[in-house]
Amino acid sequence: MDDKLFEIMQFGIYTASILLILIGLYAALTKKSLIKIIIGLSIVDAGIHLMLVAIGYVKMGTAPIFSPGFEDAAAKMVDPVPQALVLTAIVIGFAVTAVALSLVIRLYRHHHTLEIDEIKNLKW
Amino acid sequence: MTYLILIFFLLLLMLAAAVYSIVQKDLLYAVIATGVISLVLTVLFYLLQAPDVALTEAAIGVALTTIIFIITIRNTVRHEDDYNKKDDLKSAIE
Amino acid sequence: MKKFIVILMLAALGFYLGQTFYELGFGNARFEHGVKDSYLEKTVSDLHVANTVTSIVVNFRGFDTLGEVTVLFLAVTALGGILYKKRHQTGARSVLFSSSSIVRSGSKLLFPAIILLGVYVFVHGHLSPGGGFQGGTIVATGFLLMLLAYKDFSVSHNVLSFVESFAGIFFVLFGLAGFIGGGTFLENFMPVGTMNDLFSGGIIPIVYILVGFKVAAELTGLIYTVLHEKD
Repeated sequence: MDDKLFEIMQFGIYTASILLILIGLYAALTKKSLIKIIIGLSIVDAGIHLMLVAIGYVKMGTAPIFSPGFEDAAAKMVDPVPQALVLTAIVIGFAVTAVALSLVIRLYRHHHTLEIDEIKNLKW
Repeated sequence: MTYLILIFFLLLLMLAAAVYSIVQKDLLYAVIATGVISLVLTVLFYLLQAPDVALTEAAIGVALTTIIFIITIRNTVRHEDDYNKKDDLKSAIE
Repeated sequence: MKKFIVILMLAALGFYLGQTFYELGFGNARFEHGVKDSYLEKTVSDLHVANTVTSIVVNFRGFDTLGEVTVLFLAVTALGGILYKKRHQTGARSVLFSSSSIVRSGSKLLFPAIILLGVYVFVHGHLSPGGGFQGGTIVATGFLLMLLAYKDFSVSHNVLSFVESFAGIFFVLFGLAGFIGGGTFLENFMPVGTMNDLFSGGIIPIVYILVGFKVAAELTGLIYTVLHEKD
């Protein structure tokens, strides 16, 4: 019973992260308004971070923090390396989103529209 | 068993918020749906035994990303189908 | 027509990814004695630090943290450069009317508590979940609350620049001092104490405190620049 439950959970989290990446890519490829494209890229970031942390999970593991008196519990801990990578990735994803949105503000002041078809047609 | 139902409910909520945020034409509602995605992601990171990542996602994804988007929406358009705002204003005055 | 092609390509990508992850499995320990086990052992025996993710981010892969701090600094500088206004053209704050009295009195009460929580989180980064990035963003959120509630609350730009540059330069100086103490850049040359003490782990708490100050000053400056952008 426990094994069947675990298989269902495995399907659930991986499928949800792949679906998030696909939804975000669809928004980035098909939409016309610039702010919707940036929302789509932010959703792709969220899906990738969930996938990375889910790879490092160990069955019935615990958080990688040592408590006083339990210093030899290293065999039952989850993998700490993907967590360190995702920590950096979240901060950098936010920095890229902030710079992209400042470019959107600047483009709007110049062209007075945010549709990418109109911006391609205006020459100056 | 209740653990499993909780995780499925959270995943369904996250996917529903993602679909809502790319279908909705009013941009303010779409940005708040992106905040809901980050919130559910924080709870999922905690359930996958990663407390540092959950703290970082809660502070950056929920608070700072939403405020930067809202300030951008305030300085540009509010609806996705807003074409030339200058032309609309001129034709409305005449 | 274009939407149909996009959906086909995305379905193929999703199918390929799903097959790879189904074979990978969930929750299995993959290697006999890989990188994860050696990091978990060395954190207790060599460094005497309780939080493994902190010791990986600051000590074992400390050069990547230096790169991340540089990327954040470049992003905030680029944002300040793109939204450039001459000195006499700076607009008023984006908040047009002052908020109600509940928001004003509540934020006056909450502001010291949020700053205290942020400082606690980045000082105790090596003992419990937390660290420089988390604590820095919590402090920046406290400043954001005060900036949104009061019309005339302002932070002086010179103080923010000074704190940020000071913290960044000292991070690199600590790395260079590792050449004198040990043999490599960012080597742990200070004495490691006992585990679960506040002063344990060599240079790890000092580096994380500097990173916390730098991130808090940068994010406050970013929010201040964006809030003052108005026609």
